[in-house]
Amino acid sequence: MTVQAPAPTPTAAAPATRPLLQVTNLKKHFPIRRGVFQRVVGHVRAVDDVSFHINPGETLGLVGESGCGKTTVGRTLLRLIEPTAGEIAFEGRDVRALSGGQLRQLRRDMQIVFQDPYGSLNPRMTIRAIVEEGLIIHGLGNRKERLEKVIDTLEDVGLDPTYINRYPHEFSGGQRQRICVARALALNPKFMVLDEPISALDVSIQSQIINLFTELRRKHNLTYLFISHDLSVVEYISDRVAVMYLGELVETGTSRELYHHAIHPYTKALLSSVPKMTPGKKPERIVLPGDVPSPSRPPPGCRFHPRCPLAIDICKVESPRETIVDGHMFRCHVMEQQLKSPASKK
Amino acid sequence: MASSAAPSPTDQKDAERYQRLLAEARAIQGVSLGKDAWRRLKKNRVAMASLWFLVGLGVLAFLTPFLPLQPSHKTETKLKFAPPVSSPLLVDSYDIEKQGGKSQGELDKDGFGELNFIDRGMLALRRRVFGPWCFNSLCGRDKLGRDTLARLFWGARVSLLVGVVAAFVSLVIGVTYGAVSGYLGGWIDNLMMRIVEALDSVPFIFVVIFLITVLSQEDVNKALAGVGINRMHIFFVVVGAIYWLTMSRVVRGQVISLKNEQFIEAARTIGASRWRIIFRHLMPNLTSVVIVYLTLTIPRVILFEAFLSFVGLGVEVPNASWGVLANEAVEAITSVKVFWWLVVFPGAALAATLFALNFLGDGLRDALDPRLKNR
Repeated sequence: MTVQAPAPTPTAAAPATRPLLQVTNLKKHFPIRRGVFQRVVGHVRAVDDVSFHINPGETLGLVGESGCGKTTVGRTLLRLIEPTAGEIAFEGRDVRALSGGQLRQLRRDMQIVFQDPYGSLNPRMTIRAIVEEGLIIHGLGNRKERLEKVIDTLEDVGLDPTYINRYPHEFSGGQRQRICVARALALNPKFMVLDEPISALDVSIQSQIINLFTELRRKHNLTYLFISHDLSVVEYISDRVAVMYLGELVETGTSRELYHHAIHPYTKALLSSVPKMTPGKKPERIVLPGDVPSPSRPPPGCRFHPRCPLAIDICKVESPRETIVDGHMFRCHVMEQQLKSPASKK
Repeated sequence: MASSAAPSPTDQKDAERYQRLLAEARAIQGVSLGKDAWRRLKKNRVAMASLWFLVGLGVLAFLTPFLPLQPSHKTETKLKFAPPVSSPLLVDSYDIEKQGGKSQGELDKDGFGELNFIDRGMLALRRRVFGPWCFNSLCGRDKLGRDTLARLFWGARVSLLVGVVAAFVSLVIGVTYGAVSGYLGGWIDNLMMRIVEALDSVPFIFVVIFLITVLSQEDVNKALAGVGINRMHIFFVVVGAIYWLTMSRVVRGQVISLKNEQFIEAARTIGASRWRIIFRHLMPNLTSVVIVYLTLTIPRVILFEAFLSFVGLGVEVPNASWGVLANEAVEAITSVKVFWWLVVFPGAALAATLFALNFLGDGLRDALDPRLKNR
């Protein structure tokens, strides 16, 4: 896989366009229940105060360690999990306020591809039934038109349409993931959440699926939220990247900016863990001490401070604000001071 | 995908392409999980032998009135405890006609007990085909000189019917209860499962004995017979109502594990309603568990019926079931003489059926196991 980012779509750069998706202060706290009476003894703050936007035609990469809340973000967007607080606006509509028929309508526009292509296909349905189901639910087209749409969609995702009468267990992992994509694509969505869509696949298949996504984005003018822990893949596919740590966004910027001029110490540590393609040059590997703290008891102040090499006193007390420098957002006291003090400005 | 009014040449070409692809697609039929399981089951010789045995048994039991058997209720006291005879194979012993003064219907009732119209039809057909000829007493005779072979066959009908119907009752209750409990979850699930546990802790044998004793009272019996309920019907419901407990637990567990599968979540993202998810996605995936458990419930029910009949609470004499036959046989055993044919034949029939059902259940479980999916 080449590590060259595709040219960012023009809309991504223009701040004037209204974002397709605007997420503001999204929170999801899972209650922890204990004992005979299922008393709530605490909360897992899986997503805590996350805000971001995605412009039409853009791909936002969402990266972070496992357990940091990436997947929860993706699911709350589609209301597969109900958010605890915050706003989600899709094309200006408040997603959280939708109910019944409106929600169904929304689900035509927003789709998700899951991580595990083995678990996400009903083993008792044929490929045709799987891809067609969405069309039936939304009452799109008659029998013949639906069938033609299924064939078109399967061809779109690179599957032989003569296999429509087969069952999922007769396909390989990569093919199954293509079926999952076809199921989502059949409804002509505008926005797709790709929830670690390649993590369960062989490396050789991964690049094929990634190429499929970029191809589909061009062809159908799709907008993606690409969730992954694989930094190089995210760099390849994303226009902008958001880095998550323990339920919070710590840094957001364009792909190029973020990968070449990371500001947040966590992002730097993450990036240093990616193997480099240039032989000879051995960049310093930043190894973070300790483990990720439990999201049920996040540390006070900056959540990253117990592991941060730069931490100062204020980090232990006060949560850092969102600081935006040239459209590049980060949350870090130390870097905020450095970048804002006149001495550091060249 | 809106169809345009006037077909342009490209549309024409597209249509042809779709036609071609569909024709090809029809040739490539996938192997569904069911077909796949059947293929695996066919490789399991024991299970297949059991299956054919059970199918054969079921067919024979259904066709019993048509078979050339001696009248199962007819007593011949002079032949009491007659040992099995194999020659001559056929005897002219279907001689009810020879008793004068009675209509054919009354004679049949004397010979076979209450019959429904299908059985009467088969009996009439049998009279026409076989005339008065019957199998000789291949399995001996009991204390009243009734033919054991005939009673075995008539008993098989009762035993199998109890097994299938009661298991089906337990299936309906158990699947509904378990699916609701598992799908709704939360405190409802908690409550429903505690109820199951409470019921499970009741010693059911006493409940059944109590119920059947009450229902067998002369006046209660008459009142129930007035509305067309006989003891067999009650029996079906009572046994079914006991055996649903485990079924509901099994189904609940399966529903809970399915509920968290990603394909259920995927169905929600494409906008599927709750009912669609239950009927299109949950239920079909329950079938394997339910089928396996059903084949294991049937023998338990049959055994339970046999046990109840054995202690004298099940089927009423002169009607027969395998349990009744075993009961009579044990009563007939004395220290002076063992009438082995009365014990061995019903016991063997019961054992063979239970073995076959268990082997089949085992085979089905292996065949339907999703972990063995790869052929």
